[in-house]
Formats: sequence, C-alpha cells, structure tokens
Amino acid sequence: MGNITLSAVTKTFGDVNVIPPLDLEINDGEFVVFVGPSGCGKSTLLRLIAGLEDISSGKITIDGRDATDAAPAERRLAMVFQSYALYPHMSVRKNIAFPLKMAKLPQAEQDRKVENAARILNLTNYLDRRPGQLSGGQRQRVAIGRAIVREPAAFLFDEPLSNLDASLRVTMRQEISELHQSLKTTMIYVTHDQVEAMTMADKIVVLNAGNIEQVGSPLELYHRPRNLFVAGFIGSPKMNFITGAEAAKHGCTTLGIRPEHIEVGGGDWEGVIGLAEHLGSDTFLKVEVAGVGNLTVRVPGERGLHHGQTIRLHAPADKLYRFGPDGLAL
Amino acid sequence: MATEHSRTAARLMVSPAVILLFLWMIVPLGMTIYFSFLRYNLLMPGMESWTGFDNYYYFLVQPAFGAALLNTLLLVGGVLLITVVGGILLALLLDQPFKGQGIVRVMVIAPFFVMPTVSALVWKNMFMNPVNGMFAHLAKTLGLQPFDFLSQAPLASIILIVAWSWLPFATLILLTALQSLDREQMEAAEMDGASWMNRFIYLTLPHLTRSITVVVLIQTIFLLSVFAEILVTTNGGPGTASTNLPYLVYQQSLLNYDVGGGSAGGIVAVILANIVAFFLMRMIGKNLES
Repeated sequence: MGNITLSAVTKTFGDVNVIPPLDLEINDGEFVVFVGPSGCGKSTLLRLIAGLEDISSGKITIDGRDATDAAPAERRLAMVFQSYALYPHMSVRKNIAFPLKMAKLPQAEQDRKVENAARILNLTNYLDRRPGQLSGGQRQRVAIGRAIVREPAAFLFDEPLSNLDASLRVTMRQEISELHQSLKTTMIYVTHDQVEAMTMADKIVVLNAGNIEQVGSPLELYHRPRNLFVAGFIGSPKMNFITGAEAAKHGCTTLGIRPEHIEVGGGDWEGVIGLAEHLGSDTFLKVEVAGVGNLTVRVPGERGLHHGQTIRLHAPADKLYRFGPDGLAL
Repeated sequence: MATEHSRTAARLMVSPAVILLFLWMIVPLGMTIYFSFLRYNLLMPGMESWTGFDNYYYFLVQPAFGAALLNTLLLVGGVLLITVVGGILLALLLDQPFKGQGIVRVMVIAPFFVMPTVSALVWKNMFMNPVNGMFAHLAKTLGLQPFDFLSQAPLASIILIVAWSWLPFATLILLTALQSLDREQMEAAEMDGASWMNRFIYLTLPHLTRSITVVVLIQTIFLLSVFAEILVTTNGGPGTASTNLPYLVYQQSLLNYDVGGGSAGGIVAVILANIVAFFLMRMIGKNLES
C-alpha cells in the first residue's frame, strides 16, 4: 500500500515562502514524477514527504495514517538520493543491509533479503566491494537496493540520474521503469528533465515556484496543457509562442504551435531558415517569419533544407494552442 | 634528454637543503651517542673516559627509570584519551549551527597559543593552588576540604594541564572532518531508521577515523617529550610520581651533572619513541591509506 495525500501543505524558510498551500493525491502503485525548472520546490516537496524537512502547515497522510509529525523512519518510505548517499566505508552488502540491521532483523533474514535485492539489480558479483570501487550506474543500483530491501510503502527518487552520462541514463531509466512494473510500489520521482518525466511517469506533476501548474498523464499534458508554463515545459524542442497580430487573428493573446506540428511547403507563413540542425532522423529549423517571429520547426527525416533558404510553413488549425491574457489555455 | 638533465639539476639544487637537514639531525644524534658511551661528569671537566655500556646499565637499572617509563606512557595515553574523546564531543557541539560560531571557534583554539610554561603556571597558581586557587575556593564554597592537586595527584594534574592545551588542536582537526561529512548520507541513514547514536557509530565515527589517526600520531610525537609543564609545576615529584623520560634525562644530565648518563637516557627515549611509533603505525597506520 502506498497512498500519499498532501492537504494544504506549505513550507517557508524564514521569510521565504517556498511552497504555497498545495494539495496532491498520490495513489497506490502510481509512478508520479515531479518536474519543473531548478528551484521550483520539487526537491523540497519530496523532502517534505520524506520527513527530512518539517512542513510549516498542512497535513500529510500516508496509507490513511496522519504522518505529519512522524519521523522519517516511521513513514516507511525509502529514498534514493542524487549523490546516492552510500556509506563509503561499508561494503555493498553492508550498505544494502543497513536498514535491515537498524530494524534489528535476524541475520539470516538480512542475508536472504540482501541476496534477493542483489539478484534483482545484478549486483551479486559486487557485494563485497566498497562503493568507491563501483561505477556510477552500479552505485545507483546499490542505492536502489538499499531502498528495495526495506519493502517501503513508496520509493522517493531525488534526481537519481543526473550524475550519470547520457547513455547510462537511458538504460537506468528503463531499469527503474521495469522495477516499477515488477514491484508495483508507489514511486515518486523528482527530475528537471521532461524527457524522463514523459517516458517514466503514470502521472506528472508540473511545478513552478512551488505551485502545481498541472497534474496529469504525460499525453494529457502534451495534448492539453493547462497554461503557457506547462505548454512550454512539456515537449522538446519547446513549443513556439506567437503573440501580436497573428495571435489576435485566432482570437487569443498567445498562440502556441509545437515544432513537430508545423508543416513545410504551402501555407501562409513565409520565412528564411536561420539555422538548420541535421540529426539524420529529424531536422530542426529556426525560421524567421516576418510578422510572426522566430519559429522552431521539426521536419522528420532529411529534406535537404539549409541556411538562407526561403520556405513556406503551414500550421494546421487543429494543432494550434490558444492562450488567453492570463496565460491559461482557452 | 631534457628531463634527465633537469632531474640531475633538480637533485643538485635540493641537495644543500637536504644535506643541511641531514647534518642538523645526524650531528646531535652522533654526539649524543658518543657522549652516552663516555664517563662524562660536568663537575670533572676534561676527565672523560670510555665506559662502554655502563651509562645505559645504570640508567636502566635505577628505580626511577621504571616509574618514568610508566609515567611517560600514562601521560601520552591519558592526554590522547581526553583530547580525542573531548575533541569529538566539542567538535560535535561546535558543528551545530548557532550565533557567533566564528568567534567561538577562534576562542576555542586560544589555549593552543598559550605557551606550555605559561599555561602550566596559570593552572598551578590560579586553579590548582590549595590556598588561592579557583578550585580551592570552589571546594571551600561547597564546604569541602580543598584538594592539593599537584601533591595528591601530580601526574593526573599534569595530564589535565597538557590535555587542556592540546584539546583545541584535536577539536579543530575533528571539526573540519565533521564539516566534510556528507549531509545526504546522514539523511539516508535517518530514513533507514538509524537513531542518533547509530548514525554516530556507523557514519560519523568511521568518517572521523582518518582525522583521529592524524591527531593521535601528531600528538604522540609531541606528548612523548612533555617537559615544561612538569618543570614548572611538580619538578617531577613528589618522588618520581610525575617524572617522565625527558624529565629524567634532564635530571640525570643537569641536576646530577652526569652528561654521559643523560645521553644514554636520551638514546633510550629515542628508541622508546621508535617502538611506540612502530606499534602506532601497525595499529592505526592503515587508516591513512585511502
């Protein structure tokens, strides 16, 4: 079981209000990702749930029990830290067994659980090494192993992949997703990388300056962003925002169109290619359109477009996002 | 070729310093060894004669030697115990965030700047004096008999004085080590259900082992040769109750005018220091490797 409910939770550091009143419901077995730019309070929110920071007001309920004032250890949550936070002078085996040892489990039980976790995470051959002798990905797995053995109500991940190189990050991302499939335990995952959020999450919580901008499934956020912030944050490359006369033509303050939805050839926007990035599978174009502004266009495959060329662009009417003066979607 | 040339040049360049340092060490050592084999009494100048190992024999069989050896080890061990345990506790305290941290840290190091003779005299006359000392006043206020520290418990008093001046050193080294302890590790342990005590035993102490080793090794070197504190407080007494090896060497060579015997004692002290260093390195030296 791993239901977590936050109601009217706030956090202030001195005079600074980091989290204004915030409500959030996390269901059992869900993979929830907190995503947002740096300093948006997502890590703070995770630490509030973990109990590493005290909330200033509000209520946290875990599995129906009020956990607002519970010590971190009593909340039955396991956390994987950005720096992994492995105990450097203990072997991998002792690292993984540490929570069990603290819970005073019998030695045989400890060994069985550690062996089991090591098998799941492919760490069996490394059990007697020190963390310093492991690679980044292996350390990450040890940190996850230390979390698994506790059989927690929920796992908390604090930007666990940000210290890994790009290819390892993709692998670990899949491993964590597979782990979630097999354990079916609630997971809360904090990241600033919207790709991680889109690929892993059942439910994404987009945070900005401590406020929840939108909660929803990845595709919901992609197709129906509630406001400008979410529209700009979800999707890569970023959505194009057009203001002024062109937006007014569509009866809105800001007009949004995703780079992948703009079609090249035909249409009523004419522009000059300022920059063409050829990735092989895609081509990203920066096009300067008179009266509209700078647009990013994503063209699938290779179309032989290059800098300085003049092209016509078409924005299909059903792919346009319209935002009002308050930034909310119309 | 260039590197080989520069290497030769480098050796030539550093050689004056190395040679000077070597002479600085070997000349006094050689002279001490030479004197230790002579019958050399300051009251009879010019009458030096070769005696072989007699000086060593008489230095080692005198009853004061056993007492001095024990006192030396007790002094080193006692001060190490107080400074390491006290240093850890003080460092834990100073690591807590509080107002005026900077000033307090500077003040904590202050005892280390007081020279040994001065600190020993202050302790002797202002604190431990059975008539005018602070402790005596305190005891009298409480209606107790004042305790004459330096005659009733001379070695313990000297251990206290020396520990007081070395405590800041230990505290400061351990404090810097504490500050480099990863906060996320502590939080992880907290989430793993480790109590404060368990976090201290399983995380803080292992993290501090290297610094504790440094403190123990450096202090041992200096504590084996404690002298000034003894000279100005108890003069090694009563009897030999607070005589350590350096003080015994001083007594032998300057109070008994027996330079030969004193030199033999000096060599014995050097050998003892090497034995202590050997065992120390075997016990805790491995902590210094990564």
